[in-house]
Amino acid sequence: MAYERKFKIGKPILEVNNISLAFGGVKAITDTSFNVLEHEVRAIIGPNGAGKSSMLNCINGIYKPQKGTVSFRGQVVPNITPNIMAQMGLSRTFQNLALFKRMSVLDNILVGRKLHTKTNFLEVALQLPKVKKEEKLNRERSEEIISFLEIEDIKDTPVGKLPYGLQKKVELGRALATDSSIILLDEPMAGMNVEEKRDMCRFILKVNDELGTTMVLIEHDMGVVMDISDRVVVLDYGKVIGDGTPDEIMANQKVIDAYLGVEH
Amino acid sequence: MKPVFMTYTKKDLINLAVCMLLSVLIIPTFIKTEYWYTSILIPWLCLALATIGQQIVMGYTGQLALGAAGFMAAGAFAMFNLILRVPDLGFVGSLIVSGLIAAAFGILFGLPSLKVRGIYLMVATLASQFFIIWMIDKFGWFKNYDSSGIITAQDIVILGKPFTTPLAMYFVCLAVTTILTLLAMNMARGSTGRNWMAVRDMDIAAESMGVSLLRTKVQAFAISAFYCGVAGALFAFCYLKSLEPVAFDIKLSFKILFMCILGGLGTINGAFIGAAFILLFPVLLNAIGNNVFHGAIDATIISSIEQVIFGLLMIIFMIYEPLGMAKLWENLKQSMKSKLSSSGVKGVKTPLLKK
Repeated sequence: MAYERKFKIGKPILEVNNISLAFGGVKAITDTSFNVLEHEVRAIIGPNGAGKSSMLNCINGIYKPQKGTVSFRGQVVPNITPNIMAQMGLSRTFQNLALFKRMSVLDNILVGRKLHTKTNFLEVALQLPKVKKEEKLNRERSEEIISFLEIEDIKDTPVGKLPYGLQKKVELGRALATDSSIILLDEPMAGMNVEEKRDMCRFILKVNDELGTTMVLIEHDMGVVMDISDRVVVLDYGKVIGDGTPDEIMANQKVIDAYLGVEH
Repeated sequence: MKPVFMTYTKKDLINLAVCMLLSVLIIPTFIKTEYWYTSILIPWLCLALATIGQQIVMGYTGQLALGAAGFMAAGAFAMFNLILRVPDLGFVGSLIVSGLIAAAFGILFGLPSLKVRGIYLMVATLASQFFIIWMIDKFGWFKNYDSSGIITAQDIVILGKPFTTPLAMYFVCLAVTTILTLLAMNMARGSTGRNWMAVRDMDIAAESMGVSLLRTKVQAFAISAFYCGVAGALFAFCYLKSLEPVAFDIKLSFKILFMCILGGLGTINGAFIGAAFILLFPVLLNAIGNNVFHGAIDATIISSIEQVIFGLLMIIFMIYEPLGMAKLWENLKQSMKSKLSSSGVKGVKTPLLKK
C-alpha cells in the first residue's frame, strides 16, 4: 500500500562534493560525492573500513578532509566544526556511544537542548524568571522525547549504568532534542537484538514521518537498510560504488561483488 | 522530585534550613572559645569556598587544574590594594572586584585547556601558581613597597561598622560562602552545569550538540578563579590577618586539590566535607598525640604521619570510591533508608527494576 508522506522528499539539504580524506598515507575516502534530499531516509552502507564513519565525521566537522566541500541547503560551509554544523541544524549519534556517562538520561537529553538555551551563566546562577521559564520549556520537550522513546522508567538513571541498547536509544533522544532538521546516525542498531532493532527502526521512521527530520544512517543489517531507507549510497575502499533506491542497489553488480568479495 | 522553590526540592530546603540554623544560631550560642572561630571555622569556610572553585573546573568541567592558591593570592592582594587605593569601593565591592581580577587571571591561565588535557594541563596550570606569586614578589607596588615581607591586612569595615571580633569575621565568611555556594549550586544544577559536565564526560559529543568547548572551558576557569579569588581575600583578611605570598604556595594548592578529591569530585557539598576533613584531621592527630601518648610522639612525626595518611586515603578513594566522601555519605543515607523501610512493608524501589 502506497502511503502519503506528510513531508514530501524535497531538494538536496546536504551535499558532499569530491571529499578526499587521508590519515598519513592511508586513504580513507577518495573523491566521494553524494547528496541527501530533505525529509528522506538515506543509508550509507559498505564493508568494514569502507570509510562510512569517516564520511560522517567529515560532514560533522570532526575530521577535516584534505579536499572537497560540504554544502548545507545549497551553501558551501567554510571551516566546518561540529559546533557550526549543530547550529545549522545538523545533529548526530556516534558509533561507539558518546554519551555523558555520569549524567542521568534526562540530563543527557537536556544537553541536546543547548542551542535552545539562551540564558547565560550569571542568569542561571541568579535563577532569574526567564531562566526558569526556559528550563521548564526545555524539560517539557525532553520529557516528550523520553516518552516518545518509551524510556520514562530510566530517566533518572546515570546512562553509564544502562545496557547498550538503551544507551543507543538515549543517544537518539539526545540528537532529537536538538530539533535538528537532519540527524546522522552512526550504526544506531549495532549490537541490538531483533526486537530492539525493530523498535529502533520504528522510532527512526516515526521521527522521519512525524517531524520530517532527514535521517542519514550507517547500518550493517541489509534487511533493515533495504526496508527503511529511501535511497542508499554504497562505499567501498573510500569510493562510491553504488547510489540509488534499495532495489537499484540490490541489482548493482559492483555492490554484490564488494559484499561477496570478488578480486579487485 | 518536584522543585518547590526555584530549582530546590523540599529536601534541599530542609537541608539549607538545618545548615543555616546550625551555623547562625547553634554554633554562635554554644561555641564561645575563640580558637574554634579563628583556627577552624573561618579557615574551613574560606577553604571550602576555594574548593568549590576547584570543583567547578576539575569536578564539573573535568579539567585537571592545579593552581588554586595562585588565584587565591591574586584575590588577596587585589583586595589589599583595592582597599588601600580605592577606599570608596567598600569591603563588599572590593571583594567582588578582587574576585573579578582573579577571574581575569583564570581566563588567561585557562586558555591552555583548549589545546592540552589531563596531566599536561595540570603542568600548564601550575604556571598560574608560580607566575602570580612571582609577580607579587617582584613588583613592590602590589605590597605597597613594604619591606618586611608581611603586610598586615586592613580591618574589615562594612557600612561603617567594624568586623574585627572572631565571631563577626565568622559571620562575614559565612554570609559570603553561603551566597556563593547557593549561586554555585544554581549553576551546577542548571544548564551551565550540564554544559560543564558534558564537556567533562565527552567533549566531542558536547561540541556536536552545540556546546562551545572554548566558551565552556574558559567560563569554568573564570568562575573557578573568581571563587578562589574571593576565598583568598577572605583567607587573608579573616584568617591570616596578614598578606604574604608564601602563604599561598603550592602546598595550599595541593591541599585544595586533596579537599576536592577526598570530598568527592563533582559535588558542592563534597567541598565542605573535604575541607572539614583535611582541616580537622591534623587537629585530631595532635589531640591523640597529646592526650593518648602524652607528647611521647614528636610533633614532626605526627605531621609526617598526617602526610602518609592523606596519601593513603587519596589512593584508597581513587580506587574504591572515586566520588569521595560525599558519595560515602550518600550511600550511608541510602542504606539507612533501606534498613528503615525493609523493616516496614515496602522495599526501596529502584527505577531499573520497576519494569
